[in-house]
Amino acid sequence: MARKEYAFYPGCSSQKGASASNYLVSVESMCKTLDIKMTEIPDWNCCGASISYAEAGELPRHVMNARNFALAETNLPGQDIVATCAACWLGARESKERLEHSSGLMADTQTALKEAGLAIKVIPEVRHMVEVLIEDLGYDELKKPVKKPLQGMKFAGYVGCQTNRPFGIAGESFENPMYLDKLIETVGGEAVKYDQKVTCCGGALAFSEPEKAQGQIKDIIEAAYDGGAEMIVTPCPLCQANVEVYQGQINKRYGTKFDIPVLYYSQLMTLAYGGSAKDAGLNGNVVRARKLEEFAGK
Amino acid sequence: MADTKTAAYICKGCEIDKRVDVSALVKTATKSGKMNLVREHDFLCSAEGVAMIQNDIDNEGVTHAAICACSRRAKTEAFNFPTIAMSRGNLREGVIWIRPDTEDARETTQEMAEDYVRMACAEVKAMQVPPGNQKTGTVKTLLVVGGGMSGMTSALEASKAGYKVVLVEKTGALGGWAGKLYRRVPTREPFKAPEDNGVADMVARIEADSNIKVYLNATIAKTDGAPGRFKVEIAIESGGIAQEDIGAIVQATGFSLYDANKLPEFGYGKTPNVVDQAGLEALAREAAAAGKPICRPFDGQPVKSVVFVQCAGQRDASGTHLQYCSGFCCNTSIKQAMYFKDANPDIDTVVLFTDLRTPGNGEDFYRAAQNKGVIFSKGVVSSVTPSGNACAVKFKDLILNEDTEAQADLVVLATGMVPNSGPDLDQLSEANRQAEGGDEAAKEQVVQLMSKSVLNLTYRQGPDMPQFKHGFNDSHFICFPYETRRTAIYTAGPVRRPMDILQAQEDATGAAMKAIQALENAGLGKAAHPRAGDLSFPTVRLEGCTQCKRCTVECPFGAIDEDEKRFPLFNESRCRRCGTCMGACPVRVISFENYSVNTVGSQIKAVDVPDEFSEKPRILILACENDAYPALDMAGMNRHEYDPYVRVIPIRCLGSVNTIWITDALNGGYDGVMLMGCKHGEEYQCHFVKGSELGRYRLSKVGDTLKGMNLETERVMDLEVAITDIATLPQKINDYAALIKSFPPSPFKGF
Amino acid sequence: MSDLNQEMAERYKNNFLKEIEEQAEMGEWVKMCMQCGLCSGSCPTNFHSGWDHPPQEIFMLIRAGKREEVLNSEGMYMCTSCYNCYVRCPRKVPVTHVMHGIAEYAYRIGRAPKAQPTLHLSKTFWSNATKYGRVNEVQLTQSLYFKDGVGAGIKKGLEMKDVALGLVKAGRLNPLEALGMGHKCKDIKGIHAMLAKAEELEARNKAAKGKE
Repeated sequence: MARKEYAFYPGCSSQKGASASNYLVSVESMCKTLDIKMTEIPDWNCCGASISYAEAGELPRHVMNARNFALAETNLPGQDIVATCAACWLGARESKERLEHSSGLMADTQTALKEAGLAIKVIPEVRHMVEVLIEDLGYDELKKPVKKPLQGMKFAGYVGCQTNRPFGIAGESFENPMYLDKLIETVGGEAVKYDQKVTCCGGALAFSEPEKAQGQIKDIIEAAYDGGAEMIVTPCPLCQANVEVYQGQINKRYGTKFDIPVLYYSQLMTLAYGGSAKDAGLNGNVVRARKLEEFAGK
Repeated sequence: MADTKTAAYICKGCEIDKRVDVSALVKTATKSGKMNLVREHDFLCSAEGVAMIQNDIDNEGVTHAAICACSRRAKTEAFNFPTIAMSRGNLREGVIWIRPDTEDARETTQEMAEDYVRMACAEVKAMQVPPGNQKTGTVKTLLVVGGGMSGMTSALEASKAGYKVVLVEKTGALGGWAGKLYRRVPTREPFKAPEDNGVADMVARIEADSNIKVYLNATIAKTDGAPGRFKVEIAIESGGIAQEDIGAIVQATGFSLYDANKLPEFGYGKTPNVVDQAGLEALAREAAAAGKPICRPFDGQPVKSVVFVQCAGQRDASGTHLQYCSGFCCNTSIKQAMYFKDANPDIDTVVLFTDLRTPGNGEDFYRAAQNKGVIFSKGVVSSVTPSGNACAVKFKDLILNEDTEAQADLVVLATGMVPNSGPDLDQLSEANRQAEGGDEAAKEQVVQLMSKSVLNLTYRQGPDMPQFKHGFNDSHFICFPYETRRTAIYTAGPVRRPMDILQAQEDATGAAMKAIQALENAGLGKAAHPRAGDLSFPTVRLEGCTQCKRCTVECPFGAIDEDEKRFPLFNESRCRRCGTCMGACPVRVISFENYSVNTVGSQIKAVDVPDEFSEKPRILILACENDAYPALDMAGMNRHEYDPYVRVIPIRCLGSVNTIWITDALNGGYDGVMLMGCKHGEEYQCHFVKGSELGRYRLSKVGDTLKGMNLETERVMDLEVAITDIATLPQKINDYAALIKSFPPSPFKGF
Repeated sequence: MSDLNQEMAERYKNNFLKEIEEQAEMGEWVKMCMQCGLCSGSCPTNFHSGWDHPPQEIFMLIRAGKREEVLNSEGMYMCTSCYNCYVRCPRKVPVTHVMHGIAEYAYRIGRAPKAQPTLHLSKTFWSNATKYGRVNEVQLTQSLYFKDGVGAGIKKGLEMKDVALGLVKAGRLNPLEALGMGHKCKDIKGIHAMLAKAEELEARNKAAKGKE
């Protein structure tokens, strides 16, 4: 039996062939090393994400998450739900809180779930992968399997918004959370100081109003460079994508020469645990992390 | 004096003996200090060291002791010998802790230590043991003037502490402003709804309290005497006079609402639908009595919409109205808005504010009001005009940045508080001066001003408590909020600064306790704050007095009256021992047994001033004992070094500095004099309120003396020092020392 | 005015605050704002055009009864859901959610600004996500690009070509998804039935409010 078992909620972006598929690959490698068993919630659905706010009413959004709760509870009893995506975690956790605090909302949700043949008894805990690492294992445990510390590499730990606000990681401040820096240091890297650690990447506005979001992304990347970072590390798929894939467009728009790899913490951990570039999903990075590819090959 | 026997004790502890040559200090005390007995000890503040001194007092007849060890502020419990005169030479904080432990510094450090030994010896020889004030009064009854929340609280608290109270109220009922309230701002968890005003309960407790004697419809006709022995005449309802012997007084005369008639732009007086906060309370009480909703005064219809105008005639920068925030009115408006919302949630209630200020637990109360649907809008009202049966309120919305208008059945103006603090003493004395010259208008003004008098004190400096800013009675700005400028008379509640009921009750409790402390000290012939317990008091050699009246005018506490022959008459129990009279006296006839022109002057003269070829200047520092001297001590504790050529003498207050000290120092060859006193003015920090200001005024004339002596005016420097200037003060001393060193040596050396 | 808008305006007469409190998600918090402006100062988009009314002003406008100005505002759609305002509000007003709630309400009664790109994204995202239970990223992107017609879509598509190609190369964008061969839930039918019920219940709940 594995050391820990969880009901895995990968979310839409972390499926095979989707925009955060490399996140999924590296999480799988990381969990294997740490002896964490992640069982996908059967037939899970989209959390609705924050952006659906204007179209979807309150109840439909909560019902979507409630369906996942019911599926997890039925099929994976006693296991916490663990999301890797910040938005999935936030959306699900928000629904859990609201449903638990409003009997009216809960009753209506049960009525709607019934249409899909489901019901909720007790909503499982909803947690982010990072919480599992820090709270259930702890930095010391995370350090033990390190075979190849990322010595001499400088990373800007970009926490962004939704793993940080409004819930955040327990014990961390909203304005200067330290967990990501600590994770970087745990695997032997250097976490640089810079002033845009929790700045918003523009979120969904990157699609709808790219010029606005790209202005924010530019500030983040610039600050990372100014802090001396060679790479950016993040816990959120949308942060990762936004900060990575628009660098070319930003360069055109602002005349910058950005070319900075943006990675997931799980990719760093996989590499430090001795995993290959493939294990870490480095081939999934649009801005190739050459230094890490080289490191993995050694 | 035949019985005088002097002794010096040199402590070797705290590494004093490692840093200075103690045997040389013993020699200094013997030869220069001319002490009858000189002893050194390894650890003077130890039980053994103290016993040694006590033994000398008991068996060797020592009457005067110079203890050369640590600062006079340290080890006061150990070095407590009340039967003898005692001085302290500060070898630890004042010498070894502020000098580097280097071979180079050894010589100057030793010189410094020897000077402090000489000074301590000289000082103690000029001192006597204070016998304590003989003209004490021991009346233990408290007078409380004003029967509102503050006054009732003071009376009840003093009674609880076991003291008799005379409570005088000018109206026919106790309760004051609070008694007129329909409800009061909540005082208890969860701070969500107005609560009973609590007055009836307090009145009942007072009526049942055998310690408290109440005069209603009564005022103070005359207050004569001093702490512990006030004779108070009370003009009572019958028209007669009641006499009371009083030990100390609490003045809790409260406030009046700022007159809304001065705000015609807000429609007051033009329509009955505009009321002030007192008006709204009256409407609410009427409505409750009739079992009806609050109605519009114009036509008696139930109010459906109400607008509260905050800061009406307050926080006014134009100088026309009140300049300050009264602090209570935001919570009051929130409470009054709840009168409407609690009765009927459909009544539109809007509070227009620029900054909502909700002291105490008002934030919870504010949130409760928002929850109940009271609308709070950030806006500045420009006008209120009658509009049909209702009012139109024009205002600028500060968030939306637009001019807009609201209709309201009723408009409530939050006009703020004006203290009932009696006449302004400066105004009164000016009017008196002109009236004496025969000016009829001035005579009229004197009568008018005197009609506002609360205490009718017979003090030379005026009949009431001095005022500070905006007509509020002066109480110590930062450090000692209860302390006033009349010993054993404490102001409490909104008469001394704007405050709400809860704050006033806390204030009144504190004032009652201070008043009790003051009357107890007065009974023992001891000083009140800040030299609490000091048994010294000013004595005057009347045969030398020129009747210049400077002492009577300058005393910050109004302690000095005039006798029939126009000589100063010291009321020792009113005195706070600041020494301002002593500093002011041009003929130097005022002194204290333990602090006099001579105790400081002899120290100045005791310092060894090297000749002009030595390149060792001497700088005298006269440092206020309340702020500057402790700051210097703490600089020592933190090992902040400063110049070895300064010699520090603590003084009671800058106000006590007699200019003779400065001329003596300069004539004696000192190269500079630095004075350290507290901040004065609107944000004064002087423990004696006016002392530092008066001292500075006096010293501003020293420039002429310097010019007369053909000396650079920079040789006397006045430095404002706060107790917190621990780190910066040494640098300022060093800067000044550098400046003095840039001048040629004083030409007066060696004379 | 749309029918629903008219109906609501009439139902709440002049009490727009009450309308928002009852009809918009988290609208009951509007009255608790104390006008400090921390939300506006904390918003990452606060310097962008289109930010006609920052949250602080939206709150004030509601309390001042300025119905049209609020419902027509673009301000709410500038939200990136970063939750800065939410965590900083000294009154613990869930500002992010209140903004979302007002946006949803304005849209529901047909008063939201036309051609608001983020509103369009929101609608597209939700229909995409609920069609098969999971988001089809290619179709989502396509429907966004072609919202202004085919020509504009191709142009925008060309602009984004490099971005898309990069993702395809990295294995993070599956062109086959365009053909509907992407990720799907198995019980799509159940999901649709469940959502239909939820929408029905929500409409019933909202309709019951504000009626005396």
